[in-house]
Amino acid sequence: MSAHPGGILASYRFVDAAADAIRQLKAEGYRDFTVYTPVPNVEIARAIGHRASPVRLWTLIGGLTGCVSGFALTLWMSFDWPLVVGGKPIGSVIPYVVIAFELTILFGAGATILGLLFHTRKNRQTGAYDGRFTDDHIGIFVPCPSERHRAVEALLRSAGAEEVRVDA
Amino acid sequence: MATIVREDQITRPTYHEITRDIAATIGSPSRSYYVLLGFVLVVLAVGVGALLYQVRFGLGVAGYQPPVMWGVYITTFVFWVGIAHSGTLISAILYLFRSAWRTAVYRTAEAMTVFAVMTAGLFPVIHVGRLWYAYWLFPYPNQRQLWVNFKSPLLWDVFAVSTYFTVSTLFLIVGLVPDIAALREKATGWRRKLYEVTSLGWRGTDQQWRHYTRAYLYLAALATPLVLSVHSVVSWDFAMSIVPGWHATIFAPYFVAGAIYSGVAMVVTLLVPLRKVFRVERYITVDHFENLAKLLLLTGMIVGYAYGIEYFMAWYSGSPYERASFWNRAFGDYWWATWTMILCNGVLPFFLFFRKVRRSIPAMFVLSLFVNLGMWFERFVIIVVSLSYEYEPYAMGHYTPTWVEWSILAGSFAWFFMWFLLFAKNFPTVSITEVKEIIPMPRKERVRT
Repeated sequence: MSAHPGGILASYRFVDAAADAIRQLKAEGYRDFTVYTPVPNVEIARAIGHRASPVRLWTLIGGLTGCVSGFALTLWMSFDWPLVVGGKPIGSVIPYVVIAFELTILFGAGATILGLLFHTRKNRQTGAYDGRFTDDHIGIFVPCPSERHRAVEALLRSAGAEEVRVDA
Repeated sequence: MATIVREDQITRPTYHEITRDIAATIGSPSRSYYVLLGFVLVVLAVGVGALLYQVRFGLGVAGYQPPVMWGVYITTFVFWVGIAHSGTLISAILYLFRSAWRTAVYRTAEAMTVFAVMTAGLFPVIHVGRLWYAYWLFPYPNQRQLWVNFKSPLLWDVFAVSTYFTVSTLFLIVGLVPDIAALREKATGWRRKLYEVTSLGWRGTDQQWRHYTRAYLYLAALATPLVLSVHSVVSWDFAMSIVPGWHATIFAPYFVAGAIYSGVAMVVTLLVPLRKVFRVERYITVDHFENLAKLLLLTGMIVGYAYGIEYFMAWYSGSPYERASFWNRAFGDYWWATWTMILCNGVLPFFLFFRKVRRSIPAMFVLSLFVNLGMWFERFVIIVVSLSYEYEPYAMGHYTPTWVEWSILAGSFAWFFMWFLLFAKNFPTVSITEVKEIIPMPRKERVRT
């Protein structure tokens, strides 16, 4: 494991207990803590209060790029070698809608994946972790200097942590 | 800490049980798995052998006879593209509708989609004969400075099917990542290494979920119109031609409904043995089969209605060619194919009005096999029978598939099942994360200590 910040790792069985802990941490001014959950959870997400993910912007830009590329590709190639086929105009926009539509979806989906990879990597959290967090426990890792360990531990325990450990 | 848990929490599996039960499906399956895999590989070898024979001696070994130059290969292509459709219906469309029951079955359906498109994609290439020129389908700069014909529905198909394959594969992989992370903790040996790499460093952090849930939503939103477009485009391969029996505006919705119908049937065909072999009866229950049965009933009735409308329009249009084409379908050389299709797709699904049938797994399994058979014949009837009986009596002909075509068809099933069996052994066929999602996380408020 690469060097990760020291801090306190708490695990919770109950979702409302974890949400309480998150709210208390925020009230105390902690911002850079990490919450691990086995499934996405609305209560936890509300307690953390992230803004909507910017991945949607990637989807939009990808989709629009795909649409423009679809028309550009078909029209440019048609006029590059102007050959009348089936008595239709050289640049027939209506049949090209199909290609543009497919590329809208293709580029939109591709950009969504790239956005997902980019943003999860950018916001990568390298704090302490436990394998149970993908199973049935909720984890909260609070990076903090050693002199604050006791206060953070007390806060996490009071919210109902099942287990708290110091991760140096 | 002694905990008293509410009764409904006892009957529902806990998160830990879900991980444990689904993780148990991976690894060393029973002997029947290997017997099945061995059988599938033998059939695949027969198909590959037939294909090599065709490559060596040319397309003449297929039964093409003018005017029927589209036969079993194109029929099978449309069949497999159709099979692919229910996967996206269950994974994307039902996701957008927040349908909770989909969670246990969607992974199977989605994997089936990817493997069905992989199978379908082989057939246009096999059909054109010279496999090694398949890249001509794509627009690439070449010495003759010629580009592909974007006005042709066949080229739309290239774009639609390759987009569909890419997007459904991405969708499958994205859904798998959190599950693989859950398995990573329990796996040992080479599988652990595989999962460590393929889980892409997933830990379920708040930031990961924040971006993941959005990305998943948008992928579903993109896949939904895509799935409708793909089979519409496939239907235009036919509807854009002026062949009697093909040139109809009903084709796109008719094909999409038929695709979902055949796909749901294939999901049922796969789920029945899967839940037994991998012991996931607790997760894939009779209720799931009943819901699938309702989908089958709905799409089956749309398909049956479309059959009726086709005949009605042939009569109502007043076109002698249309009338002759449809008369030939029902009473001509290929009457047996038409009536197989009508019986399997138009009549048998009515049994699903009975709750007993919907909730009987053996009955559903048998019915799903009939639907698969009927849907293959539907495409055979549309393609072969229409082509064999166009306008001029002197240009009519009869096509009989050869052993090469039947062997390649059988090989395609083997190819599909081989991928599915390999997938089922190494990756969770029931989504761990999504099955957990429909069960509320435990709360301390509800538990007395």
